[in-house]
Amino acid sequence: MATQTAQQAQAGSHLLPEDRAALLRAMLLMRGLEERAMSLYRQGKVPGSFYDGYGQEAVSAGAAFAMAPADRLCVLHRDLAAHVIRGVPPARILAQYLGRATGVTRGRDGNVHFGDRHLGCVGMVSMLPDMMLVATGMAMAFKLRGERRCAITWFGDGSTSRGDFHEAMNWAGVQKLPVVFVLENNQYAYSTPLDKQFAVDPGERAAAYGFSGVTVDGNDAEAMFEATRAARERAISGQGPTLIEAVTMRMHGHAAHDDMKYVPKEQVEEWRKRDPIDRQEARVTGAGGAVEAIRESVRAEIDAAAEEALAAPMPDPAGAAEGVFGVGEAEPLGDGLAPWSGFATGAPEGVS
Amino acid sequence: MATLTYLQAISAALRDELRDDERVLMMGEDIGVFGGAFKVTDGFIEEFGADRVMDTPLAESAIIGTAIGAAVVGMRPVCEMQFSDFIACGFDQLVNVAGKMHYRQGLAVPITVRLPSGGGFSGGPFHSQNPEAWFMHSPGIKVVAPATAEDAKGLLHAAIRDPNPVCFMEHKHLYRRIKGEVPDGIHETPMTARIAREGSDLVVIAYGAMVHVALEATEDLDGASVEVLDLRSLVPLDTEAILASVAKCSKVVILDEANATCAAGAQVAALIAEHAFEDLDGPVTRVSTPDVPIPFSPPLEQAVLPGVERVKEACRELLAY
Repeated sequence: MATQTAQQAQAGSHLLPEDRAALLRAMLLMRGLEERAMSLYRQGKVPGSFYDGYGQEAVSAGAAFAMAPADRLCVLHRDLAAHVIRGVPPARILAQYLGRATGVTRGRDGNVHFGDRHLGCVGMVSMLPDMMLVATGMAMAFKLRGERRCAITWFGDGSTSRGDFHEAMNWAGVQKLPVVFVLENNQYAYSTPLDKQFAVDPGERAAAYGFSGVTVDGNDAEAMFEATRAARERAISGQGPTLIEAVTMRMHGHAAHDDMKYVPKEQVEEWRKRDPIDRQEARVTGAGGAVEAIRESVRAEIDAAAEEALAAPMPDPAGAAEGVFGVGEAEPLGDGLAPWSGFATGAPEGVS
Repeated sequence: MATLTYLQAISAALRDELRDDERVLMMGEDIGVFGGAFKVTDGFIEEFGADRVMDTPLAESAIIGTAIGAAVVGMRPVCEMQFSDFIACGFDQLVNVAGKMHYRQGLAVPITVRLPSGGGFSGGPFHSQNPEAWFMHSPGIKVVAPATAEDAKGLLHAAIRDPNPVCFMEHKHLYRRIKGEVPDGIHETPMTARIAREGSDLVVIAYGAMVHVALEATEDLDGASVEVLDLRSLVPLDTEAILASVAKCSKVVILDEANATCAAGAQVAALIAEHAFEDLDGPVTRVSTPDVPIPFSPPLEQAVLPGVERVKEACRELLAY
């Protein structure tokens, strides 16, 4: 039940050089795609509003990288790297922002409100943290069927104030379920700071529900990976849930319209020194990796994706009322990609 | 064929599904060891075990939310709300997560939510409600409301085998009062209306417990030939059957036990106004509960719930129009 620090998480110990590069690549894709989408938003091509996870890329990249193909994910709106890692092509992501027919929700929902069901992901709803219960239910099914799989979900500091947080933490603790809860503590829920959100550090709450809690440097992709890998091991070996508090900072406003006047400038500057991509680049460079080549290939991929997404058709208005109900046999979620070398090299735990 | 009460028919459907499909599981408060507040799952835990007849924490949002999660990874959860009123605490998960899932992501959510509903026995404001219209107004959720033992079993099979979230409105007042012949084995009742009694002078459109009130009130109504249409399903709503009865009878009384405003009956009235104006020989007449919480004390409760006398009065007035 003890809270563990990032230093104790033994960053990097299960990662090969290509894994480190893959983590960097996922984070670069997330940042690059979101920057491109923001630019398209400013050009008036992205309808609605725009939300990003600038500076938080390590939280989703590191955690999703520890998930096996048969694991299931409920992803939050500042966690695009999880979708990238599971295998959603960049052109589909940009088409999603643009409201195109080729986006993941075919224009039916916006921005990061998506999950590719063929890749083991369920898209979030705006009521946070509703998906904590959905992930808990997935884990319940895995346990009932005796499967060595886990579910993971991300949610923010604001989410800890709502009843569904309590209901999910309690249910998962009572039934000792294979679920990983990633609390993305990015200091602000819209404009509300932590001291108006809770009186007790959220990392301490896991013990109150009867399971392990760990606080991790959320700007360190490898620390996130290690903490999640360990949590997954606990989950699939019947030791129950884990709460991972990923401490990070929301570097942009809640959405594109938000000027963040409520955040002290020094706080942003302080966190800029801890940029998760800079840190991963230093690691990859230190291991002899070719960072510039990775950057170049990511840039090219995003350019091609933008071209494809912008050329994609808008959805046909004639179909706006279709598909409210499912017809025929319900098809469960499919498996996603799991690029971590640990799954490919003789560690098939949970791989279907 | 066996003669079963409405409650026994519900239990039989659940037992058949648990035996037939290992993906089916029951989730709810006090449904396991205790057998449920109304004993619908009495004895289940002995046959199917605590994993498949799950006593959950007292947390309705969690019951619905975890059922959604289990469903999208291949299970077929059947959730019991101890009283339909408590679905208010699980409303968000049902409406925002389950109801919108298929439209947004093409992901089916095959869950059934059993909602013991209705008043008539001093349950008071929190144990007597008929919340079906909340879900009729929310896209992506089917709503069924059986009136007979046979339909209770058949519609529950249909609900559990449906790839969508289905609210199964089971009326508490019918549990032990209504008996009927129920076919053995798994027979699905279609989510369409049924003519409970043929007639030609006037039609009473109702569902759930009110079907029996309609039948009793019009059994011998000064010799008039009164049809009773039992909707059985509210989503989907059988527009064709409604319009056919209206075309035949030309006079309509719409009866429901829920609060009047935006109720299922209001939707039926709107359909008729829109599509059958030319068929009508009198105003569309509604009998329902006024917009008040359901009171506790018997004279107060009886004053608001639709009863046989109010239905007779409404029918007589319309027949004389």
